[in-house]
This record gives sequence, structure tokens and C-alpha cells, in this order.
Amino acid sequence: MSRARLSLWWFIGTLVFALLLMLVPLPHVLDPFKPYWPALVLLYWALESGDARINLGLAFVLGVCADMLNGVLLGEQALRLCVLAFIALRFRSRLRFFPMWQQTLAVLALLVNDRFLLLIVRAFAGEATPPALWWASPFVSAALWPFLFLLLDDLRMRLRLQ
Amino acid sequence: MPLAREESSPLFAGTAAGTLRLIFYLAMAMVLMVLDHRNGWLWRMRYATSIVIEPVYRLASLPSEGLRAASVAFADRRMLTDQNQQLREDLLLANAKLNRMQAVAQQNQRLKELLDTQRSLNLRVQMARVIGIDFGAYSHRMMINAGARDGVKTGQPVIDSHGVMGQVIDVLPNSSTVMLVTDPDHAIPVVDARTGLRTVAYGSRAGDQLTLPNIPIAQDVQVGDKLLTSGLGGRFPEGFPVGEIRSVAPSATGMFLEAHAIPSADLDRTDEVLILHDLAEPAGPPPPSPSAGPPSDEAPAPASSAPKVPLPSSFKPASPASTGVPQT
Repeated sequence: MSRARLSLWWFIGTLVFALLLMLVPLPHVLDPFKPYWPALVLLYWALESGDARINLGLAFVLGVCADMLNGVLLGEQALRLCVLAFIALRFRSRLRFFPMWQQTLAVLALLVNDRFLLLIVRAFAGEATPPALWWASPFVSAALWPFLFLLLDDLRMRLRLQ
Repeated sequence: MPLAREESSPLFAGTAAGTLRLIFYLAMAMVLMVLDHRNGWLWRMRYATSIVIEPVYRLASLPSEGLRAASVAFADRRMLTDQNQQLREDLLLANAKLNRMQAVAQQNQRLKELLDTQRSLNLRVQMARVIGIDFGAYSHRMMINAGARDGVKTGQPVIDSHGVMGQVIDVLPNSSTVMLVTDPDHAIPVVDARTGLRTVAYGSRAGDQLTLPNIPIAQDVQVGDKLLTSGLGGRFPEGFPVGEIRSVAPSATGMFLEAHAIPSADLDRTDEVLILHDLAEPAGPPPPSPSAGPPSDEAPAPASSAPKVPLPSSFKPASPASTGVPQT
């Protein structure tokens, strides 16, 4: 029983930590290369435990929380994370059994798609088109994906959490 | 348990319910975005939930503060001595300049009172620390640790020791957000210090610089010209450095000159900033009632007693008028 509760807290903890990581500033030069942490962690849980834990409602709530913290436009990240979770859940059965490099490519595609969504939302909100370097973030995120996946998986195994 | 679930959802799972749910959530997100864009819901919600949000900001800024502390702790002695020496020299120079300025400032004050203008060289400022928060790449905003409880209001200019940084756009109880002058949505009325040309400096769409897109083609603008705030528009007080012109070229349409400037303030390095309480003179003719001057503190004494503003400003505008009228 306590094991189940502990794993629930672990799940919530990773999501909260991802939100914190999103806010932590990097040196100015590295700014555009910052990975989109909430999306990565959400993807991990979507692939790992599927709709037992992740559903669109949770992605929406996480996105609204991220928006409140980020203060750009309420609902922007909610929309992006919903789309991300939807695609990940729909193709979960295949994505899970991909070899790691294929999975990484899939994650890259998902995140690039996410950037396109962001671009569309920003364009509707009347903001400027970002410079080319702005597109670097999904690639950094995808490059980090195998490590994040293995790390979270390893920690989960070690703590024997669900 | 998960396996059983997967059998119900085959490899190419495509249930109508899932799609419907997606559409529902997307519609909700869009409604939220539109409402927020129209009515600024986000900030009202943020203000309501600030009791949760502000600690998160403090928590997220811990690593950068720790890094700063560590860099001081592990900096070698020679570097610190050098820095100390440099600061001493700067202080000496600044003090010398200040001494010379004081007489000029007093003279200026007297002349201004004679002219009955509501402006002074005294600054009423409030110090604030920058909270290291990442608002996403290219967002041109920053968070400072003074908020509504410290008397910060939306629209107050924020400066550092080198020049104008931006203005407060949103206020939480203990922190507030500053829009930097380089934000594409930001515009600041400036005047060329050399020629007196008045124009508007916008934030630029690419990179950390300012754009001055509509300078008349016959105007004399050169690389290296300093830009100061012009005080027009009633938001930024007059005479603060804004930037320095780095390039001038005809614009794409050929109708205007377009200049690019770099901001004088250290936008990404500063960790302590000043919030100005003196507002610019309001645009347009002054209101007729004598007690409706700008809230700046004109008392000749240095503005060390900041909280006591309402008292002097209520009877202040009467006194220059009473001294000014008999003399003219």
C-alpha cells in the first residue's frame, strides 16, 4: 500500500521537478538550447505507464500549471502538452518497443511538431517570428532523451516503484 | 494490468472517444488562450495563486544564486583584490563627480523653481534584486523581488547604473515582472543627445538591441550617438541613457533611415536594479488644480525618507508657485 503511495509521489515529484527545471535559468548563451523538460517527463510517463497514469486531463492540468508559472499565455502549454500526450498515447504500443535510436527519432518528431504548434499559437497572439536558433531546442531535447529515459527507468527499478 | 489494457487498445488504436476528448481539451485550451489574450486572466489568476507561485520562483532561482555565491567563494584572492581596487577607483571618481555636480544641481534646482517646472535631479528609487527565472528563450522579461507590498505599481520604470532597463508590466504581492526595452512589444520615446532629434526606439525582433525604424531621411544620425529618454509619453522620466547607435542605414522602403542601437543597461548581467518612483511629467497641459502635480518629491533634502511622500507632495506644488509668482 505504501509502495503504491510512494510511487504516486515519485510520479508527481518528477512532474513538479520538470516544471522547476523549466524555470531554472541557464547562462545566457545556452538559453535557446534549453530542453522542454515538462514534455520530456510527460513523454516518459506516457510511454512507461500509459493511460493508467497519463491522460489528456492530466496533460492539460500540467500545461496550465506551467503556463501559470511561465506567465506567457494561459492555455498555450496546455494545448501543446495535450497534443503531445495524445500522440504519445495513441502510438504508445509501438513506441515502447522501438529500439532506442528509433524512439529518439520519434521523440524528436514529436517535439518539432510541438515547436510548430507553439509557432502557430505565437503567430495568432501577434508575436514576432523567432530566430533560427530557436529551433535548436527540440534537437537538444531529443539528444537528451535516451539518457533521461534510462535514468528515470533505472531509478524506478532501483526504488522498485510502479 | 497494463498488458490487459493494451489488448483492448490494438496497435493502431483509434477510438472515437479519445479523439473527442482531445478535441474537447484543445477547445478548452483555445478558449483559455483567447480569454487570456483579451482580458488578461492569467495575471489575475497568478495574483490569486501567488502564495504558491512565488515560493516556486524563489526555489527555481536558488541554483543561479548558489552559483553566484560559489563564484564569490571560490574566486581567487587576486581577482577580488583587483575588483576591489577597481571599485575603489570608481567610487573615488564618482564621488569627485558628485561633488562637482552638487553645486550645479542646487543651481539647477533654483532655476527650475524659478521656471516653476516640476522636475528635480533627486531620484526617488527603490532597490530590488533580480530573481533568476527563465521565461523561455527570447522572452525579454525578468522577475524582480519587489512587489505590490513594497509599493511597486505597473508602469514604473526600472533602471540600472548604466541606463533604462524597462518597465514593470505585472505585479505580484512580493515580486513583479519587468519588460525589457529590447522586447519587440516595447517602445520608448528617445532623444538623440547630440542633435536633439526625437524619435521612438522599439525593441528588436532579432537579438538584444533596439531599433529606430522611422528617422526622417534628412536627419543627422551617426554611429555612436547616445540616446536619452525624452520624457514624452508620460512613462519614462527625461534624461536617462537608453542606448548607443551602432548602425544607420536606409530602411527597406527607402522612406526613412533605420538605426540600430545597443541598450546602455546591462540587461543580462545586472542582479540589482532600481525602480524609479518619479514618474515623468504627464503628457498634455497640466491640470488646473494646484494639488495635482506629479508625485515626485521636490523637497531639497535628499530623499532618504521615502515612505513619507504623500505629505510633501500634497502641499509642495503650492510653495514653488508662491515663491515663483512674486518674483515674476
